[in-house]
Amino acid sequence: MVDVAFQQNRVQATKAVRKRNGLHKALKRKSTVAFLMTLPLILLIAVLVVYPAFYSLHLATLNKSMTKFVGLGNFEFLFKRDTFWLVVKQSCIFAISAVIFKALIGFIVAHFVHNVPANKQRRWRGMLLVPWVIPPAMSTLAWLWLFDPSYSAFNYTLSFFGIGPIPWTGDANWARFSVILVNVWYGAPFFMIMYLAALKSVPEQLYEAAAIDGANWWQRIWYVTLPMMRNIIAITTLFSLIVTFANFDIVRILTAGGPLDHTHIFATWAFRVGIEGSDIPLGASVSLFMVPILAVAAIFILRDISKRGNEA
Amino acid sequence: MSAITIDKAGPTRKVKYGSMSRDRAWALRWSYFFLVLFAIFSLTPPLYMLITSLKSSAEISAATNPWWVYHPTLENYIGLLTSNQFLRFFWNSAWVSIFVVTITMLISVPAAFALARMKFWGSATLATGVFLTYLIPDTLLFIPLFKMFALVGDWTGIQLINRWYVLLFIYPTLTVPFCTWIMIGYFASIPKELDEAAIIDGASWFQTLTRIFIPVALPGLIAATIFAFTVSWAQFLYPLVFTTSTDQLVLPVGIITTLIKGDVFNWGQIMTGALLGAAPPLIIYAFLMDYYIAGLTAGATKG
Repeated sequence: MVDVAFQQNRVQATKAVRKRNGLHKALKRKSTVAFLMTLPLILLIAVLVVYPAFYSLHLATLNKSMTKFVGLGNFEFLFKRDTFWLVVKQSCIFAISAVIFKALIGFIVAHFVHNVPANKQRRWRGMLLVPWVIPPAMSTLAWLWLFDPSYSAFNYTLSFFGIGPIPWTGDANWARFSVILVNVWYGAPFFMIMYLAALKSVPEQLYEAAAIDGANWWQRIWYVTLPMMRNIIAITTLFSLIVTFANFDIVRILTAGGPLDHTHIFATWAFRVGIEGSDIPLGASVSLFMVPILAVAAIFILRDISKRGNEA
Repeated sequence: MSAITIDKAGPTRKVKYGSMSRDRAWALRWSYFFLVLFAIFSLTPPLYMLITSLKSSAEISAATNPWWVYHPTLENYIGLLTSNQFLRFFWNSAWVSIFVVTITMLISVPAAFALARMKFWGSATLATGVFLTYLIPDTLLFIPLFKMFALVGDWTGIQLINRWYVLLFIYPTLTVPFCTWIMIGYFASIPKELDEAAIIDGASWFQTLTRIFIPVALPGLIAATIFAFTVSWAQFLYPLVFTTSTDQLVLPVGIITTLIKGDVFNWGQIMTGALLGAAPPLIIYAFLMDYYIAGLTAGATKG
């Protein structure tokens, strides 16, 4: 990834070439300056991102007191535990359904905002993006209070319709629903803003041509909008999949994994096991299970980016 | 990598009159209807924070209509803003965010300049690497980082765990890759003629950066600054892992660990704290919405 070989410039760095005679030296000087400018970035990434990532692999092979090498022992242990498989299942349900709903809601809302006269769009966009701006830890507290078992404002409202009381965070399935709901609330504005930017880049003439050909609204979306937005949809979805899969704040604050571990996802369970249960190697092993899906998403995103880089 | 323009006016859609106008009028009405629904969905939690923050504990426990304040009071605000502990959280958060924004800018702006303009061996790989780093989530790194800093403490005697300034080392891993990435985009969109002219006039690379690139790419710089600030203000996992003493906590963790005492939830104060914690990003957003959105869309739509 960041295996940048930069040693070749180190020698020149010491004797900063002052004379600018000849193109060759000037070029060398430029690369030296460039290297020095990127050095803090390289150090930061190497020491605080790449090294910990590999260190986590090493940690995952140690025993609880971190004194003995146990190979794949931690993973064997995990595979035998029901909680682990529960966490795997829940992480997938959580990430996939949250991303689908975020994408759908974002797509629909972006269309509605796009329909509104241009001078009013700013105001609506401003209001609808608020969930994304509030720190998720803070807004999840508001949701926790809205879901409160005895004072829930939702249950109060629903009671007028003869519904409820709903155990928002008390029952396993409702708790899963609540966690996903909060995540959708938080993440949908991001999709909305991305899709809105994409919608604006679709030429109006295409819609006019489609209208002349007698396309209805559904055909206009299916044959004009979606193909034009395909790239943005793909990259936003992949990106959101990574973020959602690695989510921590919302689940931690809303349910802390409960009831009975039925809302734990990889990140929260890794925290519970690794930090709260002070079994760092096991926690590291749990969080490593996020890597495969991240890698797959990253490969797709990267392919898209390099493709666009070639076009540019 | 095209220029990212700040779009203030929105698109210009021509209103058409004629046979389609009636359809359009209905479409517009439906749009407004659903937009109102979605706006209610979006704004309910923050509004509910505000409503609850204006209630006294007695009114909350009386379980009257939760959506209405019968006896508005500022006692929660006064209580929190005069509490040394809460102010401590606030200042910790503020200092961490200010330092992190500064560090981020000092690292990412020169790096982005070098990667965008001064092609050198491995620069393309490095740019891709920066983007990949941005995709590595905090939840993957918190355990090894925690162990690393604990070991550094054991080896050197410099205790970094449970000090607020340990966050200054860690937050840049979240902010620097993204800021570098969007700054590369902004810098690359500046016409080559500008810096060539500067070089011919005898400007050094450093002068080219400070006199030309930074002023020209100022919108991008503002967007990156806003991003770095919001990320460091909102970060929850790292402070939760790295700090435990109440005088070292930042705002989000402080509110959650100190205001929630066992089973006694003082919801009036919790909501006030949450609202005050959400205030700085919201205020920035209210005034600099266009930059905020430009930064948001630049990350993924760049190209």
